[in-house]
Amino acid sequence: MAKTIIEKIWDEHIVYEEEGKPDLLYIDLHLIHEVTSPQAFEGLRLANRKVRRPDLCFATMDHNVPTKNLPVINDPIAKKQITTLAKNCEEFGVQLADMEHPDQGIVHIIGPELGLTQPGKTIVCGDSHTSTHGAFGAIAFGIGTSEVEHVLSTQTLWQGKPKTMEIRVTGKIGFGVTAKDIILAIISKFGIGVGTGHIVEYTGEAIRGLTMEERMTICNMSIEAGAKAGLIGPDETTINYLRGRRYAPQGEEFEAAAERWLALNTDEGAVYDQVLEIHADEIEPFVTWGTNPSMGSGISANIPTTADYVSETDKSALRSAMEYMGLEEGMALTDIEIQHAFIGSCTNARLSDLEAAANVVKGKHVHPTVTAIVVPGSRTVKKQAEDIGLDKIFTDAGFEWRESGCSMCLAMNDDVVPAGERCASTSNRNFEGRQGAGSRTHLVSPSMAAAAALHGHFVDVRKIDAAVQI
Amino acid sequence: MEPINKIESVLTPLDKNNVDTDQIISKEFLKRIERTGFGQYLFYHWRFHADGTKNEEFVLNDPRYDGSTILVAHENFGCGSSREHAPWAILDYGFRVVIAPSFADIFYSNCFKNGILPITLSVAEIDEFLHKGKEAPYTLTVSLEDQTVAGEDGSVYSFNIDPYSKKMLLNGWDEISLTFQYEDKITEYEQKHA
Repeated sequence: MAKTIIEKIWDEHIVYEEEGKPDLLYIDLHLIHEVTSPQAFEGLRLANRKVRRPDLCFATMDHNVPTKNLPVINDPIAKKQITTLAKNCEEFGVQLADMEHPDQGIVHIIGPELGLTQPGKTIVCGDSHTSTHGAFGAIAFGIGTSEVEHVLSTQTLWQGKPKTMEIRVTGKIGFGVTAKDIILAIISKFGIGVGTGHIVEYTGEAIRGLTMEERMTICNMSIEAGAKAGLIGPDETTINYLRGRRYAPQGEEFEAAAERWLALNTDEGAVYDQVLEIHADEIEPFVTWGTNPSMGSGISANIPTTADYVSETDKSALRSAMEYMGLEEGMALTDIEIQHAFIGSCTNARLSDLEAAANVVKGKHVHPTVTAIVVPGSRTVKKQAEDIGLDKIFTDAGFEWRESGCSMCLAMNDDVVPAGERCASTSNRNFEGRQGAGSRTHLVSPSMAAAAALHGHFVDVRKIDAAVQI
Repeated sequence: MEPINKIESVLTPLDKNNVDTDQIISKEFLKRIERTGFGQYLFYHWRFHADGTKNEEFVLNDPRYDGSTILVAHENFGCGSSREHAPWAILDYGFRVVIAPSFADIFYSNCFKNGILPITLSVAEIDEFLHKGKEAPYTLTVSLEDQTVAGEDGSVYSFNIDPYSKKMLLNGWDEISLTFQYEDKITEYEQKHA
């Protein structure tokens, strides 16, 4: 029977199945960070259990780490969480890239970078943006802390088989339109709950044309459409990215693996439970204006009005978003002024993201009313960027150049947007208070964030300067 | 985990859709390394103004719902982050049942690991309960065994739940201990895929 890549990977990982029960699924890679793991390790300790496969775990510190004055953490509770992870990794034999380790970075950036993320794997982490790893043709999803404990002790999870969904992006994206705009457009068009209970496969010409880093941006935000996971079938782009990475197979083994990986692709005639389609040529550079990732529009649009919605719940959600965001229904997106720009996060802090932003700001200067920071996704990205002089471009333009971590995406460290202030952010969530209590987040691509930082308000990056290559 | 079966309580009407986990438990409270004590931070920025005073307009601060163990909201409850601190906060605050037309996957799954029963009812059924619950305190009786939610004036609605999760909640079982019964299968799988 013809199968989707989702079913192929799933079926390959079933340890045990029985009518009326979820499948017992084997987990190939367990990524760990400081925030969602301490209670899980404590659970092991209390029950006198060990980590079944420490060799399949990899830990790092990202959510709480400071992005300046390393390694000083002023907050004693945050510090305790960091030291607890180090202690747990040592006690249970789990490999750790700690705050000062050269491999440190946002967990979803370093997994691919180190070649730990590979096609066909089942990958979990106590973090919803684990969907990022799906870009390689893996089933990767976020789990809660009880499940972290379950994986640590058994290397398995009980999982009901999810439904399958194809999201096809037809045609080619236009000039100045990025992977971030594609995924924001998908979420805006189909809604933040559309993927609930499904694993999504992204297909179509526009997806095939993306680099691995761009594919990671797409898959990263699958969770913002409610999907359990999102993936893209492996191809030559995937294989070329992985060749030579530290934890990928090497030499002949790699070539054999590559052949297996390519065979994972969805069979012709395989049927998805649901198929959605969007045309790339209808996608513009995007800006969110509300308090969830589906509340966004192309830059040339205006914010909707309550008259655009039918249900009272939706009307009330718009009113409540406008009140929180300090905006008016119907206003032009280009009239929204910002005070902060954040280029970073597991969505958009890879080298190509920083390059895109640097191309926009090169030789220019941040608007006097804007504070702008760049937070590379990993120490490796930071070094690569410095090697080609991006740090200098940013600092010359008035940006701060920071150490790697999750930073202002969720503001668990000191990188906080003050109440009432507005941030053009390359991150993934614009929920109330996400970047600090009372803060107002607008999700955009790196080039759009950079352009907004220069102008002090949102602008169409396609129009700002004909000489800019995006 | 505490078993759950029959729950009778006034419902707390949370008249919002897409309630995300950042609202349920804000990130500044995720730094603790314990599982307990999160109830005081539940919906913190909705319950309290920036100056720390109570937001009297927020439903959790309405004394009519004091002691309620059933939370009712609109669709896509628990979207966003995987943080299990969200169900920990809900449980620690005193809720045992959350009723909504739909739930985000990770939140839904996290509930079952903590003895919280997430119930999916239709939009019309939820609207009815929210409407009644907002007008005056309205008591619901939930039976997990029978898979029903009964309103105090006689309306009874049934809900679906997968039999595995139902059994776990009814018995309050620790899933890891159960999984260890399949250890030979796991070992077999590992040997086959080594």
